[in-house]
Amino acid sequence: MSKVPNMPKSWRVETKPHKFCPGCGHGLVLKALGEAIDELNIQDRIVFGCDIGCSLLSWDFFNVDTVQTHHGRTTPVMTGIKRARPDRICIAYMGDGGGYAIGSQHLVNAASRNEKITLILANNCNYGMTGGQMAPTTLPGMKTETSPYGRDIEDTGYPTQGPEMVAAITQHKAYVARGTVANVRQLKNYIKKALQNQMDNNGFSFVEALAGCPTNWSTNAKDTWAFIEEEMPKYFKVGEIKTPAQKEENTNG
Amino acid sequence: MAEKPIQGEKRVFMTGNEVVAWAALAADVDIMYGYPITPQNEIMHYWTRLAPKYDRKFLQTEDEISAGFTTCGGVLSGKRAFTATAGPGNTLMQEAMTMAEMMRIPLVQVVQQRGGPSTATVIYSQQEVTMTCYGGNGEGLRIVYSTGSHQELFDYTIKAFNIAWKYRFPTCVLGDGYQAKMRESLYIYDPAIKGIEMTNTYPFVGSDGMPGIDREPNHLRNTYNTEEELYEVVKNLVTEYEKISPEVVEYQTFDTDDAEIVIIAHGIVTRAAQAAVNSLREQGIKAGHFRPVTLRPFAGEQLRAIAKKAKKIIVAESAQGQLRKLVTDAIYGESVPLENYFKPGQGITAEELVDYVKGL
Repeated sequence: MSKVPNMPKSWRVETKPHKFCPGCGHGLVLKALGEAIDELNIQDRIVFGCDIGCSLLSWDFFNVDTVQTHHGRTTPVMTGIKRARPDRICIAYMGDGGGYAIGSQHLVNAASRNEKITLILANNCNYGMTGGQMAPTTLPGMKTETSPYGRDIEDTGYPTQGPEMVAAITQHKAYVARGTVANVRQLKNYIKKALQNQMDNNGFSFVEALAGCPTNWSTNAKDTWAFIEEEMPKYFKVGEIKTPAQKEENTNG
Repeated sequence: MAEKPIQGEKRVFMTGNEVVAWAALAADVDIMYGYPITPQNEIMHYWTRLAPKYDRKFLQTEDEISAGFTTCGGVLSGKRAFTATAGPGNTLMQEAMTMAEMMRIPLVQVVQQRGGPSTATVIYSQQEVTMTCYGGNGEGLRIVYSTGSHQELFDYTIKAFNIAWKYRFPTCVLGDGYQAKMRESLYIYDPAIKGIEMTNTYPFVGSDGMPGIDREPNHLRNTYNTEEELYEVVKNLVTEYEKISPEVVEYQTFDTDDAEIVIIAHGIVTRAAQAAVNSLREQGIKAGHFRPVTLRPFAGEQLRAIAKKAKKIIVAESAQGQLRKLVTDAIYGESVPLENYFKPGQGITAEELVDYVKGL
């Protein structure tokens, strides 16, 4: 018998190893989330919702009640649950296509209404499940299946700055951050704060996580990490963008 | 606990939209999710005025896609939840309806049909029959009640919640702009005094206990990996739907026993058909009327028995043959000739049906 690797307590061991491609960022984001759930001791209060796209592969990932929804529709499903059962902690998990394209109206309006849910979005600059098409987050010049000569910003605009957008449309009770799988400890802390914001009944919380997609990027391990650590942060700044405390400080100051 | 919204039974005179709001209150509905579209708006207007007085909730969403999916969420959390829509809103809501169909989510959808295709009119039609019964990428595994009066709007809205939760299929109350906006007399009542027991609800997600220790986590999905896996899932859904269909199916007949000419109509057009049959009988014409109350499932066997005896069938509807498709599907193989009285997006009166039958 080989030793079972160290996993967050809230992970469902029976469904491991998980179904993501080797090198995929989802496993690391979900590890950070699992550890955050463990440390906050809220496993029995979580309702987890996952989108369509690669994120759907997390439908049996945790030992928590889970709903796999439609592409872009995780936000309204989790909103519906939270509105009906405010005592639950609702997490909507999705990719950049689900959050910033097909489900962008839900993200914008859930943020505007200050829905007391936590949205975690893995940004890997492309549509992974469908085979690597251009996403709202595809970097300028980046080649994908639907931008084979590189993303032309004159033709298709600039990448969506998700957390910056959410920060701009939320009120002072929101928590907004961008982490990266290159720094899982930091990402876990952001997710913890995002969940804590919901537990405090404060309001909307949103964490984008920069994540790798070596399958569709056609990169080896070294180039994958180089892209995550060097290329993506040039456009997607890592850090906390809005914390509930900031407003209080401003008000007091 | 707040007192019951309706004590006993009351005679009232109100619009159909108000009726739906009262019925949902009487049915102990916990939460409504909705998005404005005419002619269903006043369901939300009355609900938002009444709901806080009885500890009920409301969420106005960003569109009907969201209204449908938030309703799915509300139901998954174990609450009696519903939404209401019409026309293009119903179109957007079909995505959520397919999820409800696939995952056996007992949501209730009230549809007040408006003119189509597209934005068309905000007034009236029966053009959302195909969509409400079969919309989206699914197999139409829903229960659809087509109401014809305000009393029925009240009765069937309450019933829809009970049937949805009993059988766990999404359930629709199919009204129209006439029923939504007209005022009519009816009795509203506390279901308990009629011996109606509301079917218990329960959470699909978010129940108590530590998942993985006290209980298994509930992992709900609608995505499958292989053809065989999906086939098994859909076959089970269909088998279950067909099993419950005889218990669910509802229809009415009027003078069909010896009828040579049978008018088939549903929803509010049944009223014109009933009156037309009375008038035709007075004039010595052996007319009858068959009215499906549930459009899904459809009373196919019962209609076939009538079709075998009739000399002519007339399908009368405020649409271009959407009811007729249900009819021909149900009585395939019968030789009785079918006549169409189609008025897409327009009302149908008893007088015009009488004239039409006499002119055949």
